[in-house]
Amino acid sequence: MSMTERPLPTPAHTIGPFYGHALPFPGGGEIAPPGHPDTITLHGQVYDGAGAPVPDALLDFWQAAPDGSLKGAPGSLRRDPSTGGFLGRDGVDFTGFGRVPTDADGRYALRTLPPGNAGVPYIAVCVFARGLTHHLFTRAYLADGPDPLLDALSDERRATLIAAEGAPRTYRFDIRLQGEGETVFLEFP
Amino acid sequence: MALTQAEIDAEIKDHQDAYDKAVAGGSPVRHHPARDYPPYRSSRLRHPKQPLVAVSGGDPETVELSGPVFGVTDITEIDNDLTLQHRGEPIGERITVSGRLLDRAGRPVRGQLVEIWQANAAGRYAHLREQHPAPLDPNFTGVGRTLTDDQGRYSFTTVRPGPYPWGNHTNAWRPAHIHFSVFGTAFTQRLVTQMYFPGDPLFPYDPILRSVTDEAARARLVAAYDHELSRPEFSLGYAWDIVLDGPSATWIEEGR
Ligand SMILES: [Fe+3]
Repeated sequence: MSMTERPLPTPAHTIGPFYGHALPFPGGGEIAPPGHPDTITLHGQVYDGAGAPVPDALLDFWQAAPDGSLKGAPGSLRRDPSTGGFLGRDGVDFTGFGRVPTDADGRYALRTLPPGNAGVPYIAVCVFARGLTHHLFTRAYLADGPDPLLDALSDERRATLIAAEGAPRTYRFDIRLQGEGETVFLEFP
Repeated sequence: MALTQAEIDAEIKDHQDAYDKAVAGGSPVRHHPARDYPPYRSSRLRHPKQPLVAVSGGDPETVELSGPVFGVTDITEIDNDLTLQHRGEPIGERITVSGRLLDRAGRPVRGQLVEIWQANAAGRYAHLREQHPAPLDPNFTGVGRTLTDDQGRYSFTTVRPGPYPWGNHTNAWRPAHIHFSVFGTAFTQRLVTQMYFPGDPLFPYDPILRSVTDEAARARLVAAYDHELSRPEFSLGYAWDIVLDGPSATWIEEGR
């Protein structure tokens, strides 16, 4: 390619059914340092257009640190150079990145610290699944409030992006890929 | 009842013809697959019916315009050599797959995580749910990861995966492929895709490859044999560059 020519993007493909031994890693859903008093839990289920749980979805999460920083940090997948195994996060650096496969009942859970982004706090979610030819982006907002994206939606659609606080510091965020109550999915033009 | 390949072929052709006609009529080229692609049966209940909602660009505080970072602690040095993960040598044709990770402006994407997974030479994944009765290879797991270097380059040593059957329709076979998961500097650049090998006779029949209806875009999923990458007495080389999409806002920022 010449220096001036802009290359065209590589097309996306489905993640397929067999990523389970490759992409998930121990502690992928434990972004918060163990025992941190501010830890929150984001959890829910992923459903298909027939209302059935999706047992083979993979969710990537990205968020601001509690102080609002968007710099992230390495160490989400920290490895042991002597055994090749996973060491787990170091419990000090906040990486802002999590990854959780859904279980046989389509459930996931993420334990993290409250995101400190400007405006209404939210956790960015990227959804992959067998049958999904191209990933989907959405946001789990941890509160309702004035927000340029939320304010552009109907009440019904807005509600799909707002995680429901159940037990203290525990938020439920279900993802419906299709049909009634379909989650709002995002594009970034 | 499972559909026949001929029935799937007819559906694939309908979608291809409709896309080609639309582009000929002035519709924009579509670089990515439609999420609703009925020949790939599993897509039917797993694609949104509502249009995607655009997040207005330009706000630097948009969380998705930054992304996770990875470093030397997230990989071990031999994670990019899938032939070294067990005591013995895996069976199959040893290959080296290498290329550059670029953004839409053609700039290298440095220090980012590239993860791969694949079937073994017989077309079998080391995954419990895999039912294909081809042999497992005790010396091959088929999982690798690496970080791109300062030129955005990645390199993997592995064995060439075999094609494998799947349940989409009767006599459905996937062309040989390696799955790739890639991060850019922004969460919006995230990409999961598959790399194919040149000249595979299964290309026309595969609803997953054909879900990318643009022919030129499909061609970008196929690696090129590269003799310069072949290593004497060791492996055959394949070159495959990956170009990350993403919002225009990320194209004009300085790369990290
Ligand atoms: Fe595969």
